[in-house]
Amino acid sequence: MKNFSGKALFLDRSDINTDEIIPAKYLTENTKMALQPYVLEDLKLGGFDPRKDVAGKGVIVTRANFGCGSSREHAVWVFEMNDINVVIAESFARIFRQNMYNCGMLAIELPKEEINTLFGLGDDVEITVDLAKSELTAKGNTTVTCRFTLNAFDRKLVEAGGWLAYADKNY
Amino acid sequence: MGKTITEKIFDAHRRDNPTPDNVILDLDVVMCHEITTPIAVTDLEARGMDRVFDPDKIKVVIDHVTPSKDSKTATQAKILRDWARRQKIHDFFDVGRNGVCHALFPEKGFIRPGYTVIMGDSHTCTHGAFGAFAAGIGTTDLEVGILKGVCSFRLPKTMKVTITGSLPQGVYAKDVILYIIRQITVNGATDAIMEFVGPVVEAMSMESRMTLCNMAIEAGATCGICLPDRVTAEYLWPFIKDEYASVEVATIDFKKWHSDPDAVYWKELTYDVSGLVPQVTYGFKPDEVKDITEMEGRPVDQVYIGSCTNGRIEDLREAAKVLKDRTIADTVRGILAPATPQVYNQALAEGIISIFMAAGFCVTNPTCGACLGMSNGVLAEGEICASTTNRNFNGRMGKGGIVHLMSPLSAAAAAVAGHITDPRKYL
Ligand code: SF4
Repeated sequence: MKNFSGKALFLDRSDINTDEIIPAKYLTENTKMALQPYVLEDLKLGGFDPRKDVAGKGVIVTRANFGCGSSREHAVWVFEMNDINVVIAESFARIFRQNMYNCGMLAIELPKEEINTLFGLGDDVEITVDLAKSELTAKGNTTVTCRFTLNAFDRKLVEAGGWLAYADKNY
Repeated sequence: MGKTITEKIFDAHRRDNPTPDNVILDLDVVMCHEITTPIAVTDLEARGMDRVFDPDKIKVVIDHVTPSKDSKTATQAKILRDWARRQKIHDFFDVGRNGVCHALFPEKGFIRPGYTVIMGDSHTCTHGAFGAFAAGIGTTDLEVGILKGVCSFRLPKTMKVTITGSLPQGVYAKDVILYIIRQITVNGATDAIMEFVGPVVEAMSMESRMTLCNMAIEAGATCGICLPDRVTAEYLWPFIKDEYASVEVATIDFKKWHSDPDAVYWKELTYDVSGLVPQVTYGFKPDEVKDITEMEGRPVDQVYIGSCTNGRIEDLREAAKVLKDRTIADTVRGILAPATPQVYNQALAEGIISIFMAAGFCVTNPTCGACLGMSNGVLAEGEICASTTNRNFNGRMGKGGIVHLMSPLSAAAAAVAGHITDPRKYL
């Protein structure tokens, strides 16, 4: 399984789309690693600078409908290549969410109030996910613990390391 | 308890139920293009799994950037081409025979009522117009689809969208879907299937139904779907004439996929479109929509007519009504990209290409082109495009460019006026 802990990158906006996560012009790359420098390049978010703000982060915390738009799995890979394996949001677009599990990564949905709490922890927040307990702990100016639910099948995919490994074994 | 069309399709294709909430479906069609498939192919090769579950069920096209514009896109095309040949995939469409996937594959008769279809492309929802379950998926799902012929989905929940009244002059399927997205927002149908029914949908051509279903994803939907009827059977007739004695017989057979009267829906919405005016987007999200009358006078630098949303023959015909005997404004660059070679040929035969050219449009080969800002009309910083495509995301048609989505008629009117304007005055 992948590493599901790290410093939080807060993206305080809803409806962040896949074109913002990785613009289409980079879809001509034929390796995942080549995408790495372009993460969140076109994100429309005041004060955010992808070249400075992503380094050292391991978990994204954001609002509703994250990852809407195109089906490009590049939007998941570009996080993976930047060592970000967890996105925590109020809700996700279906294809992005499935792509996360398919790659053995974690898309965690939390209610709006809990997302608000995470946003209130300050700028320097360390998040640790305990998959077995379905629990995450966020340490900032105070420490909070949130329970989350994962669809049983999605959990199997994450534990198997992704859909290809699971499907190859089962179908 | 009755079932929806999607539940019936799921029942007919269920391979497994790994949990009560998830289904593994057998696939009838796996479609591939050169942007999302090459990485799947090279990954399968690297894993020693360079196989396909059934070469006849895989359909392949090079459409996003074609003919290739540089070494990287040439490499993507080559990986796909070599793979199609190696795996003996006969339905492979390259330069000269290629066009935008969601316009080309239906034209070839590949999509039938009751089918399950996936593609590494979010606008795969377009094919629901035929009464199929068609969903966009990522590259890993595509790999498993190619290898095993299956895909996982959550149990379907359906939003029934009934469209009543009748479409006023100058108002089209594109205006209807923009209006619906304006009402339900960009995640109003997330994880749901949008089932479009009612007299307005029944009166629509297959082209219009495809426009409607194409943008279901812009409301977050997994698939748009229409009930297959006589219009569907007539469109498919050249491909199904050996299977059915007549169009009537096919139409009756297709009814087996219709939702039952007592089917259970997650949500039910009804829109009367009799008073609808042409719609246009103003921001960077497809739900930021206004009546076109509210956007009157907004100058545009480029007009783009094409894409899987509105690059079909009926769209070109509508735009040509405005462009006939008129020329476009000096300040505007007009680009027409007929979606497929068949559309292009038909437009030539009907004199439509001449109308566009006489008006001052550039006509490109069939391709996605500028729709996703990769070729044939990329915008510069701050430039504004009136477009018949489906996405107005920041940077979609070029970094810093701004896109206003609208119908082909409205786009043609913007080209002539040099700014966004009510197209109905040109009819
Ligand atoms: S025309 Fe545009 S939206 Fe349609 S498949 Fe091509 S890039 Fe995607």
